[in-house]
Amino acid sequence: MMARAEQIRTEPGLPTGAAGQPARRRKRRRSNSTAWGIVGWFAAILFFFPVLWMVLTSFKTEAQAYTNTPHVLFSPTLSQYKTVFSSGLWPYVANSAFATIVSTLLVLLLATPCAFALSLRAVKKTRDVLFFFISTKMLPVVAAIIPIYIAARDLHMLDNIFTLVILYTAMNLPIAVWMMRSFFLEVPGELLEAAQMDGAPLRRTLTEVILPVVAPGIAATALICSIFSWNEFFFAVNITATEAATVPVFLVGFISSEGLYFAQLAAAATVATLPVVLVGWVAQRQLVRGLSFGAIK
Amino acid sequence: MTALAPTVTTARRARPRPDARRQGWIRRAPLLPALVFAIIVTQLPFLVTLYYSLESWSLVRPGSQHFVGLTNYLDVFKDSQFRQTAINTVIMTGGTVIVAMVIGVALALVLDRKFLGRGIVRTLLITPFLIMPVGAALLWKTTMLDSTFGIVNFVLRPFGIGHFDWLSRLPLESVMIEMIWQWTPFMMLLVLAGLQSQPKDILEAASCDGAKPLAIFRELTLPHLRRFIELGVVLGAIYVVNNFDAVYMMTQGGPGISSANLPYYIYQRAFLGFQVGQAAAMGVVVVVATIIVATFALRLIFKTFSGTEQAA
Repeated sequence: MMARAEQIRTEPGLPTGAAGQPARRRKRRRSNSTAWGIVGWFAAILFFFPVLWMVLTSFKTEAQAYTNTPHVLFSPTLSQYKTVFSSGLWPYVANSAFATIVSTLLVLLLATPCAFALSLRAVKKTRDVLFFFISTKMLPVVAAIIPIYIAARDLHMLDNIFTLVILYTAMNLPIAVWMMRSFFLEVPGELLEAAQMDGAPLRRTLTEVILPVVAPGIAATALICSIFSWNEFFFAVNITATEAATVPVFLVGFISSEGLYFAQLAAAATVATLPVVLVGWVAQRQLVRGLSFGAIK
Repeated sequence: MTALAPTVTTARRARPRPDARRQGWIRRAPLLPALVFAIIVTQLPFLVTLYYSLESWSLVRPGSQHFVGLTNYLDVFKDSQFRQTAINTVIMTGGTVIVAMVIGVALALVLDRKFLGRGIVRTLLITPFLIMPVGAALLWKTTMLDSTFGIVNFVLRPFGIGHFDWLSRLPLESVMIEMIWQWTPFMMLLVLAGLQSQPKDILEAASCDGAKPLAIFRELTLPHLRRFIELGVVLGAIYVVNNFDAVYMMTQGGPGISSANLPYYIYQRAFLGFQVGQAAAMGVVVVVATIIVATFALRLIFKTFSGTEQAA
């Protein structure tokens, strides 16, 4: 937009008297953008600092982490990471990965046809169904946890990873339905009409016309659901104990059993956080869309 | 299904009625699995909660389960701790969402400009939102806000605040600081999306006509951003009101119940106090309150969505 504005102003048709003006304006704009840059970078460093500090602390010894005057220069050690990895982290990672992947697949399996029936082949009462899905997101989970806990106990499903899979699927389903719907609505109407005119059967229309357009949407939805499942803590801490505990539960166990060791904790938190941070960095655009339930493209 | 609907389809397709009905079910079939699943997993528990709320039942005493009618509800309304945690919840949610939104708008305005390394700045700014909430809470509790070794006190030491114990002196505020840190990027991203969807030619026209930047912001940008801000507030509130992780990790609701919110308090009653009936009654009260608030919120969301769909 900036470039376009400048183009207009420096167009050759401009009266010669104003020839000096564009240059001066551009100069002012450049110094302006430096000022915005400084503000932006300052804010970024401020917000990022706690994360940076976590990563730095994870490479310290406990003695270096516990100082009145924070050490910035130190010789990094990997001993905290060695402790974390040797303290039984892997079963937790495996549980988290399993719950995340399986629940995300289930969500996509349920949400994709559902979103299709709420967009391209919209049923009557589409509005009501959409309303219902988003309202389940608003009801406080804490009010549901007691019956869920008791039901899981009576069915001998406490501390079972499949219980978490079911709960995470339900937790992410509304987001996925809304999000997938917004992607389906982007399928150009002419394409569908053309396919219908050619007499293509529904299955072919689905796989050859709709799927290619919607595929990035499926990926974006999967991403958002994975982030929420990986980070989920409330169900995990209440429903699991030792067998099915996930990474967030591992982090909690770390403090109570080991006391408060900053550096070790920082290393554990870094490991637990890393997958989602990397994924989120790569997929910033999809993040916005997912978080707004597909409202913002 | 209304009586009118099938007649319309039959008239158009000139087919017998039962077939039209079958067509209707074929149309509905793809959405049924998701709908049924959501009803079973999310609605059934609430009905059971409603039932439990009429019982006195301690999890640690088997066979103690018996019907008590509305006694639990009376207890809830007499419970001053419940009231306190309800107030805490409102402060926590409102404070976090509003402050995060104000900072978010400011940051979005900065990011809407072109400057060197804007992409990196954006990436760094969204990182707090990506940190696992449990990890983020631990991070703030230890390396940031610890009274002796925390960075915050180190930075504030020149100002005479050397060993301030944030978590016991300002527990509610400490939890809110952590949540604001996590939720500001979310608000920023939504507002930034709003700014970037603003038609630029109007802004240029206004600036060519000699309008002051502040006036342009107030008269053009802010009205355009309104629905994005509303959306951010509603969605942020949905997530923040349910916040459990930060309270659990940072303060355990303490000292006393000074930083406990409703999710944490109900959790405490159910899983530490084992009072199923009472916790269930609290849950029901919270759900009713949520439904009242959510009705307004949902209306707003729908307005926003129909708005964006028209614009698209």
